[in-house]
Amino acid sequence: MQIGIFSVGDVTTDPTTGITPDEGERIQAMTSIALKAEEVGLDVFATGEHHNPPFVPSAPTTHLAYIAAKTERLRLSTATTLITTTDPVRIAEDYAFLQHLSGGRNDLMMGRGNTGPVYPWFGKDIRDGIPLAIENYHLLRRLWREESVTWQGQFRTPLQGFTATPAPLDGTPPFVWHGSIRSTEIAEQAAFYGDGFFHNNIFWDMGHTAQMVRLYRQRFEHYGHGSADQAIVGLGGQVYMAGSEAEAKRIFRPYFDNAPVYGHGPSLEEFTAQTPLTVGTPEMVIERTLSFADAVGDYQRQLFLIDHAGQPLEMVLEQIEILGREVAPVLRAEFDRRRPAHVPSDPPTHESLVAAGPQDRHHRVISSPVAIAEQEAAKGESRAKGEKVTS
Amino acid sequence: MSRRVVVLSAGLSTPSSTRLLADQIADAVRSAIGGRGESVAVETIELRELAVEMAQTLVSGNRPTPGVVAAQESIAGADGLVAVTPVFSASYSGLFKTFVDLLDPKALVGMPVLVAATAGTARHSLMLDHAMRPLFGYLRAVVAPTGVFAATEDFGAVDGAGEDALSARIHRAAEELAALVVRTPSGVEGFAPTSGDERGRGQGRARAHELGVVTDFASLLRGHDGTG
Repeated sequence: MQIGIFSVGDVTTDPTTGITPDEGERIQAMTSIALKAEEVGLDVFATGEHHNPPFVPSAPTTHLAYIAAKTERLRLSTATTLITTTDPVRIAEDYAFLQHLSGGRNDLMMGRGNTGPVYPWFGKDIRDGIPLAIENYHLLRRLWREESVTWQGQFRTPLQGFTATPAPLDGTPPFVWHGSIRSTEIAEQAAFYGDGFFHNNIFWDMGHTAQMVRLYRQRFEHYGHGSADQAIVGLGGQVYMAGSEAEAKRIFRPYFDNAPVYGHGPSLEEFTAQTPLTVGTPEMVIERTLSFADAVGDYQRQLFLIDHAGQPLEMVLEQIEILGREVAPVLRAEFDRRRPAHVPSDPPTHESLVAAGPQDRHHRVISSPVAIAEQEAAKGESRAKGEKVTS
Repeated sequence: MSRRVVVLSAGLSTPSSTRLLADQIADAVRSAIGGRGESVAVETIELRELAVEMAQTLVSGNRPTPGVVAAQESIAGADGLVAVTPVFSASYSGLFKTFVDLLDPKALVGMPVLVAATAGTARHSLMLDHAMRPLFGYLRAVVAPTGVFAATEDFGAVDGAGEDALSARIHRAAEELAALVVRTPSGVEGFAPTSGDERGRGQGRARAHELGVVTDFASLLRGHDGTG
């Protein structure tokens, strides 16, 4: 079980002091948060990607490379990488380059982005969100897996004999997650390729998250990657911890009440009851987080949102300290205890994918055994008819 | 086969004239459907009870809240809808529109709807036609030809012939809604849609908070695999 943190990277005024960090301070704070995560033994740091204020993380691979240089073990990821508006050629090259710099410590999570105006800034249309995510990701897979790519799609300039550089570290593309709150097409996409599925698990009720994960698991099995309970699942979550529940609520309430997205709406108590937010003691956070596995099955990655809504750096570092030293060890042990032996404890890593060898399905553009079998059958049929096989 | 009709009442006071009208329409719909030999269950949703939850949903990233979800699910399983709102500032009330805004745009596709409104004076009566009908038209609902508008003076008023004009309108609208709710398919098997949905409607209607039909990935990838 990997346990870590993910940051949106918002610049928000601290409602208790009126102090707003500048962009430089926020970037430095995100770096400190990542370094603290490594120090206290957390497994993952993931950064968001945004191209509009009040968010700072517009250049995730630059940031993750810097963090990689300052850490030894921490796994670096994204939450999310904008597969819709970013050129897949740049994603292929940037993240392969990052693999070489980080020694394969990075994976990444695909997301679409839900801010309408961002799309036209990059020459795209939000109404094409799903087709963009499908087409761009398929190209990305080819760029990481084929030495010479010839491509003609709907959204990008065609490519003739293009080679992305550098090639992935050890010829092994990074593991990919697909994040979506409610789009079944994205769960289907993750299942088709046997990639990971991540639910942000912050704004909606656990029942909805469970529905999405169940769909992904069923389709993962359908496409021949393994049994449904072996699918690779990640969840988000949101916590604030203190010595007592009353103390935690007292400190966190002003940040909650003024938070972007849900502030000035539901009460802290209502939001806690209706979503996975937990504000209380570390024991309460452990208990609530363990209950996620009852809802979605044994899963492989848990990321917590702990640094938004204007919380000052010292407060966030203290939260990471509690998370790393008190919460994560218990969660790992308890999740291990309940997990059947045939269910993987961790998502695939660079090491495990390299160990699987070059013949592993991870190296195929279309990795679904069911889809591969169908392709082979179709080829056999046309061969029998004496037709020319083009694919 | 038993039918389900949901009544949306957007009145603000208790008791409200909007709820009074809603109840009279509900009774008329019950007897109109019963008169066609079908049983019917009528459920009334008081939108004022959902006001705070709806506001919370709006300002917390469209997060579903329990009461709103229950109301949406109730509508998803309905065979007909009665929508009753007071007239505020020349249109339906904000409370009413908020509820509609939170519905999936496909939640009412093909849904038989009876529109009704209350106001202080009869001068607002065309609101049903310039505001309510376009709204339900956008949602691709099937609106009964007769809308029921009740000004304060209509409660208890009789026309020159001693008839209760409001009551007559209510019954005419209820008959029209009942006909839409219990209508039988007219398509010929093999030539027009008949089965799958026995009333030939509701196809493509989104169910509240269900994930819906999943598109197979081969269909999603078609035309996007880079082969031109």
